[in-house]
Amino acid sequence: MSENRSLSREFTKGILRENPVLRLVLGTCPTLATTTSLASAVGMGVAATLVLTCSNTVISLLRKVIPQKVRIPAYIVIIASFVTIVQMLVKAFLPTLDQQLGVYLPLIVVNCIILGRAEAFAGKNPVAASFLDGLGMGVGFTAALACMGLARELIGTGGLDLTSYIEGAKFSIPYFADAPLLIFILPPGGFFVFGLLMACVNRIAEKKGKPKAKTVGCASCPMNGACSRACDKEETA
Amino acid sequence: MTLLFSILLTGILTENFVLAQFLGICPFLGVSKKLNTAVGMSVAVIFVMAIATAVCYPINLYLLGETYAYLQTIVFILVIAALVQLVEIVLKKYIPALYNALGIYLPLITTNCAVLGVVLLNIDKGYNFAQSMFSSVGAGLGFMLALVMFAGVRSRIEHNDIPKFLEGLPITLIAAALTSVSFMGFSGIIENLFV
Repeated sequence: MSENRSLSREFTKGILRENPVLRLVLGTCPTLATTTSLASAVGMGVAATLVLTCSNTVISLLRKVIPQKVRIPAYIVIIASFVTIVQMLVKAFLPTLDQQLGVYLPLIVVNCIILGRAEAFAGKNPVAASFLDGLGMGVGFTAALACMGLARELIGTGGLDLTSYIEGAKFSIPYFADAPLLIFILPPGGFFVFGLLMACVNRIAEKKGKPKAKTVGCASCPMNGACSRACDKEETA
Repeated sequence: MTLLFSILLTGILTENFVLAQFLGICPFLGVSKKLNTAVGMSVAVIFVMAIATAVCYPINLYLLGETYAYLQTIVFILVIAALVQLVEIVLKKYIPALYNALGIYLPLITTNCAVLGVVLLNIDKGYNFAQSMFSSVGAGLGFMLALVMFAGVRSRIEHNDIPKFLEGLPITLIAAALTSVSFMGFSGIIENLFV
């Protein structure tokens, strides 16, 4: 019973308490780049979730085989293989999504959430827990991306367009769609919406007595161990 | 020559890696607090980007080609990771002065999406070798420009009275949004300069 409860905690922690984007501030590049529409945001989220769940599981299975010294290259090979599989699947079945995501699809390989979870969790924990951790983190990532994508698409284009998944799923807000705030789907809008979302999450966390999301620094970087916090030292020096 | 120059300027201004394409956001937010760290990091990025492109271009042309195009992601990330290690070892042994200046940033760059991004984008755009090199150096210089500019913006924010709920990361992101707006002013400049 108690084991079931702890396993379910591994799953749920990624969604709210340790949301990778909003609380751990990882994977900011895809968060900003692929949230110009709800459809591409969800597509990116699901693709990354697939890679994260599979890589977490496999890395956890191999955690006793991989020598400590070469673990990062080994993790990168495993992650890159799954990214290639996902890339081929998306190209074959969702060509519109492939065009929308473009170079960001292969770049899942350097998404710090995935290497970060491999290093912080899957390399040390049993398979079931790692699988659920990957799935939970993936769902949290997708949810955060969907929030941003929804806000940016609604304000930036005055409507929603999900036709790449569902036929005819498209609507627009009357009057507003004639003159939407285009800047929200342009690069500055990404930074702006992410900043406001972050502020909201910090406010909620503060009310619940939790600490603020960390300013990005060495703590959240997956290469932390390798570079021995060089940039933090430099900053304080 | 004009084409090469326009590719270089595109990388620096209109398609700035950080502010327009969102590649390399982690170092952009992480090491832009002080000017000297920002410059050190950017020089290391320019260096690695140029070498990575110089090595990945022939690998793609002669080894992968069309037949093994699906292996691009996995091969490039491994080449970049190995390359960064190699550069670190060589610098440490033969050019210690340069190592002391750039060494600490090198391991961070392996997982920087800007480096893999520039290699993949060059291939997507079908650039030849010279064009790829100019595009990489341009992207690196654009990264540097964004980081240096933003380091200045951040040092101004730090001593200001910020609403409590925006303190920390949110205000940094909003400042980044405004910096990004300034770069949008460059859109169209390349086409008009070189027509």
